[in-house]
Amino acid sequence: MDLAFFLIQLLNGLQYGLLLFLVASGLTLVFGIMGIINLAHGSFYMVGAYLAWSLAGMTGNLATAILLAIPLTVILGMALERLLFRHLYSRDHLYQVLLTYGLILVFEELRSLIWGDDVHGVAVPALLNASIPLTENLSYPVYRLAISGVCLLLAFALYVLIQKTRLGMMIRAGASNRDMVQSLGIDIKLIYTLVFAMGVALAAFAGMINAPLSSVTPNMGSHVLIICFVVVVIGGIGSVKGAMAASLMIGLAETFGQVLVPEVAGMIVYVLMAMVLVWRPEGLFGRH
Amino acid sequence: MQKKSNYDRRGFLLGSSALAGATAAGTLLPAGIASAQQGKIKVGLMLPSTGTFAQLGLAITNGFKLAVEERGGKLGGREIEYFTVDDESNPAKAPENVSKLVQRDKVDVVIGTVHSGVVMGMAKVLKESGTLWINPNGGAGAMTGAACAPNFFRTSFSNWQTTHALGKVLKAKGHKTAVFITWKYAAGEEMMEGFKEGFEKEGGKLVKELYTPFPQVEFQALLTEIASIKPDAVVAFFAGGGAAKFLKDYQAAGLKGKIPLYGSGFLTDGVLDAVGDAGEGVETTLHYADGLDTKKDKAFRLAYAKTFKLQPDVYAVQGYDAGQLLAAGLEAVKGNVADKAGVIKGMEAAKIDSPRGVWTLSKAHNPVQDMYLRKVVGKENKTMGVAWKALADPARGCKA
Repeated sequence: MDLAFFLIQLLNGLQYGLLLFLVASGLTLVFGIMGIINLAHGSFYMVGAYLAWSLAGMTGNLATAILLAIPLTVILGMALERLLFRHLYSRDHLYQVLLTYGLILVFEELRSLIWGDDVHGVAVPALLNASIPLTENLSYPVYRLAISGVCLLLAFALYVLIQKTRLGMMIRAGASNRDMVQSLGIDIKLIYTLVFAMGVALAAFAGMINAPLSSVTPNMGSHVLIICFVVVVIGGIGSVKGAMAASLMIGLAETFGQVLVPEVAGMIVYVLMAMVLVWRPEGLFGRH
Repeated sequence: MQKKSNYDRRGFLLGSSALAGATAAGTLLPAGIASAQQGKIKVGLMLPSTGTFAQLGLAITNGFKLAVEERGGKLGGREIEYFTVDDESNPAKAPENVSKLVQRDKVDVVIGTVHSGVVMGMAKVLKESGTLWINPNGGAGAMTGAACAPNFFRTSFSNWQTTHALGKVLKAKGHKTAVFITWKYAAGEEMMEGFKEGFEKEGGKLVKELYTPFPQVEFQALLTEIASIKPDAVVAFFAGGGAAKFLKDYQAAGLKGKIPLYGSGFLTDGVLDAVGDAGEGVETTLHYADGLDTKKDKAFRLAYAKTFKLQPDVYAVQGYDAGQLLAAGLEAVKGNVADKAGVIKGMEAAKIDSPRGVWTLSKAHNPVQDMYLRKVVGKENKTMGVAWKALADPARGCKA
């Protein structure tokens, strides 16, 4: 591998890592901060992708489709929190696992009824549909770079929201001691509804902007679910910073693993996770 | 119940003692006795009706039923009774699911399935029970290789077959080096082997095998690798959503038009609507193609579209041929399905007039068939002619 290709692979790894962060960010909020084990995270990702596909088909424009779809997913998130999740906060994690596993089945079936079982593609927006030549026979799609930019922006916004704003402070406080926050006169129920809705919207948003890159298929959610949990666990539960670091680590490990040791590429991420957990059981940036 | 006139002689004799109860047979008697009295052949359809492969399961079922309907709803003079199990494409449940058909429903023949892993799960149970089995899709080499058995039949392809002819194709185009890229799992590896063997026989060199874990669809690192190797050609196998993503990424990475892309036919089947122009010009080999323009194919397509209001695909053809093959076996014994050796002999001798062209069975009961070279033109896999006439799977390890 000469230097040029090494640098391109580095870019591939970082870009893939940022994409992972985007997909996992919603889970970081819901699992990492609220402490809900949400197996349906992948389903929200799928819902986002299918919404983007069907709305882009109707409006002829992916950007419009995304603007229309985000409010829908926020409403979906709020409704789910109000109707289902709210009743499980005080119960054992097992109940959340059962509920969210059930939701996976429900969403798959609904998807099949509403949108069918076909594979679909979403066109890359015309404005970003170009490639930048890197070597004589390889170019880099502009859309991938644009997504990377969006991921960075989103990571920054999340960090500021959680760490620097009053709302973020209340969210963090609610995560450590719900009752105390409530007795201080803060409407913790509303905050939880908002955070959960945001988590759903983030997962769906990831599905939407990722739709032109990865085609829209049944079961697409289950493929991202596992890697999302790996990101959150390696990064440390409750840490946006950790999720970012873990995403980039996984992106680089997978990219170089595939090229340098293809025989074991499928395992590398999990070996990495095991190593991190032996070294720091609470994850890279987790609280003790 | 209304069709009691369809009793054959044997069925009548068997059932005569309980004839009085026959009108109520469906509700009062256990299913096994009831159908023996009616002399129906019991066909167990073990196919996916939910999940990623649901549509493939439907196409196969439709194809099979079309073949039966064309024969007046009877094979070998006897009516067909269907039993269905959704295999969910879940290999872990395969033994249990196939046992339901074999032990509970006591079917005469099992038709299934799509997923290769499930196929291998079925093989274990069916080898023991000896039930007639026609596999209308799953291409696992072992089924008609090391695990072959006299009661195992396949009407689709072996994974090896779908890429073997590409070696000749690449040679004819003047390509001397190639890279193969696929998922790291059994089907991908078998297709890679099939290609490698064919290409090296023609003096070509497979310079690199690239794998990504199944069912991952992040190809960027491997595409970069391809660009740095600069082979004369790239050969790929992916299917469904993975295939759509690969075709788009190959184009977006600027490789399309620089390094020609070839593949097993599944790379471009059923995904062309999803990929825009990313598939245009990609050449693949498969045992079926669009625009074959034979009388049989035209008639089949018309009948299928009319009956099911759907366009047929390669899976429908495979299901249809499973029906045709069973018909040939049952006609040879005049519907006496108890004469298993006779049915097997009838099927072995059959010349199936398929929409894909005429094919026969190899010793290991896999189709010996023409592999077409197809080129993506618009939304079709247009046939460019036959890449390999009567290609037979080598059936390595088959001793039956």
